Amino acid sequence: MKPIQLARRFTPRMIIVLLGVLFAALTLSTFSAGSAHADEVGTEYEFALSGNVKYSGDPLEGVRITAEGGGYEAEVETDAEGKWKIGVPEKDTYKVTLDEDTLPEGVAVEDGANEFQAEFDLIDSVSVNFFLGEDTRETTSFFNQFLDRLVNGLNFGLLLALAAIGVSLIFGTTGLSNFAHAELITFGALMTLVFSGFGLPVWLAIIIAVVLSGALGFTLDAALWKPLRRKGVAVIPLMIVSIGLSLALRYLYQFFFGGGTSQLPGTGQADLKFGPISISPIDIGSMAISIVVLLGVAYFLLRTRIGKATRAVSDNPSLASASGIDVDNVIRIVWVLGAALAGLSGVLWAYFRPGVSWDMGFQMLLLVFAAVTLGGLGTAFGALVGSLIVGIFVEVSTLWIPSDMKFAGALVVLILVLLFRPQGILGRKERIG
Amino acid sequence: MDWGAIFSNAAVELISPTTAAYALAALGLAVHFGYTGLLNFGQAGFMALGAYGYAISILTFGFPVWGAFLVGVGASVIFALILGIPTLRLRADYLAIVTIAAAEIVRLLFTTNSFASVTGSANGLSGYKNEFAALNPLAAGSYGFGPFENNAYDTWLRIVAWSIVILAALFVWQIMRSPWGRVIKGIREDEDAVRALGKNVYAYKMQSLVLGGVFGTIAGMIFALPRAVVPSNYQTTLTFFIYAILLLGGAATVLGPIVGSMIFWVLLSFFSGFVSRAVEAGWFPFMTGVQGSQLRFILVGVAIMLIVIFRPQGIFGNKKELAFVR
Repeated sequence: MKPIQLARRFTPRMIIVLLGVLFAALTLSTFSAGSAHADEVGTEYEFALSGNVKYSGDPLEGVRITAEGGGYEAEVETDAEGKWKIGVPEKDTYKVTLDEDTLPEGVAVEDGANEFQAEFDLIDSVSVNFFLGEDTRETTSFFNQFLDRLVNGLNFGLLLALAAIGVSLIFGTTGLSNFAHAELITFGALMTLVFSGFGLPVWLAIIIAVVLSGALGFTLDAALWKPLRRKGVAVIPLMIVSIGLSLALRYLYQFFFGGGTSQLPGTGQADLKFGPISISPIDIGSMAISIVVLLGVAYFLLRTRIGKATRAVSDNPSLASASGIDVDNVIRIVWVLGAALAGLSGVLWAYFRPGVSWDMGFQMLLLVFAAVTLGGLGTAFGALVGSLIVGIFVEVSTLWIPSDMKFAGALVVLILVLLFRPQGILGRKERIG
Repeated sequence: MDWGAIFSNAAVELISPTTAAYALAALGLAVHFGYTGLLNFGQAGFMALGAYGYAISILTFGFPVWGAFLVGVGASVIFALILGIPTLRLRADYLAIVTIAAAEIVRLLFTTNSFASVTGSANGLSGYKNEFAALNPLAAGSYGFGPFENNAYDTWLRIVAWSIVILAALFVWQIMRSPWGRVIKGIREDEDAVRALGKNVYAYKMQSLVLGGVFGTIAGMIFALPRAVVPSNYQTTLTFFIYAILLLGGAATVLGPIVGSMIFWVLLSFFSGFVSRAVEAGWFPFMTGVQGSQLRFILVGVAIMLIVIFRPQGIFGNKKELAFVR
């Protein structure tokens, strides 16, 4: 590799700068030892890369730019007008890099795009421009970021919990791992989209969607799951039936609604700032709704007669049946409740992602399963705890891992928990081998 | 309507490498699910490891074909051990959730931008076929007849793919008649009884998981050779389709996965050919061409439900040999 070429060329402007004491002091930091301020290098070559580094109209001085390619390497710093130029020997592809450390405090290259592949085609000179923006990363401390993620994660965890409670209750009462729950989630969001598209106010559309979701749960139980239970189909075939149902419904949605993503009305409102936490009014409403509904479900399960019966069936169906509980009725209520909660969860998920699409529920399904398994299969409150853990873990983990890997992180935790505590966090220790 | 084109397009699928890949993956699943009773929902993950293991070994490390093959197989053995250690002692539905989660982790690892220089991120990898094509002993030209006529590379690929499928089927057939196979089937029927006979059920399950996983991995390589490796091909839906094939043919059979795969692909191709032409001809005025192609997936889902409810043993299965674990 050739040594880095740093041209030492004194321009008249340079000399003026050197003479001005004040100016020299200001630019002192950009001088490298023994080298003069070089805003143009490699001028002996006939081809050149050039550019102008500015941030909101003001030129930035002393920003280091390097170019590399075809075995040639050069480095330059911008002059007082923010300009730079690197001459290159050949028409080749050069990787032009802006050294972000030399940018002033609070300025960064947008989207981290500080590298640019410059290509010569017919012209002899290529201009390379970097887009600078406000550096948001350095203005937020780690703790503040953590708080922000934590609130986001809490929101996500609460909406996960709405879906997970249904999965957990259905598993507890019927033994079915319901893969089609994903489609119940999507159904709520799609129905909200449809009815708000008719011009109804959003709150009314959401209520209609939740009611329709409950009706779908009732229909599925009456038309499919109850006959199968009567037929005495075992748990694992039931699970595969639910996979078939999930596939059929999912592509049915795609058939009618297409593969695109649409937004529910009110999405994308400006964030409100509470100290370090930025949160939109929608998020606040979403969390409030989740908490109220979850408290309602808790009251139902703990205090009402039918709720106690549900927990009894979940605990031991044959014993519950022997003590006079109408198991079929309980299962029907669980399906309606579970589907309605899933529908509501879908609406909130559509605001959280944001967007409604045909496979949105399926994207969340594994996290719901992870939450249910973490909390302990079949326990309603375990599902709540598991969901909060998964939701917060998914969001907070983006501080360390790339955000396109955040779901993988939650699934790894699921596997690790199964390794050490297979019954889940709130699950009762029993033989599950 | 051009019925000839529809039928010949459907016939092409009968021996296509994709059909062979699905057949082999389903055969691996038959070992897991049909014979041992393991609910593996991560077959897509095994296939992804095979495809990426092969492609990355060749593109990044410049391995020969056999080296790349071994890398893929090795990766899937390690993956099976990682999956099996925490879950094989647990109930069947735990294995289902963990395998489906692990397959998604594998796919996300191949999709993330963090390793884009090796995995190609969401765009995937291509350009790894030359090494395999160089092994081709056939002279250039076209072979076969009618809809089965192909150039030298495609013929070579079909010969290799189906030879592997046939060898794997013979192997499964023999091993399931052996004492090892009897223990495996015993585990499916009654795990505790086998344990009472002094067999190490855990070790047998693990061997079965590794064996079926290796089949899935080789299937992933065959699947990757006629196309590029793209992470979105290895979603959970792929596993579900393989389950559909397996259930169609019969879970605890050797021929079932192979014939099931042929029926699945021929019917799917016939159906999509028919629907797209019928839409063009205006037979279904309420449908667009795109919707027509989604209709077949709806039918796959419905077919899975109907088979499980009404013919759980599949086409070739024996009702006495229980198609499902309890």
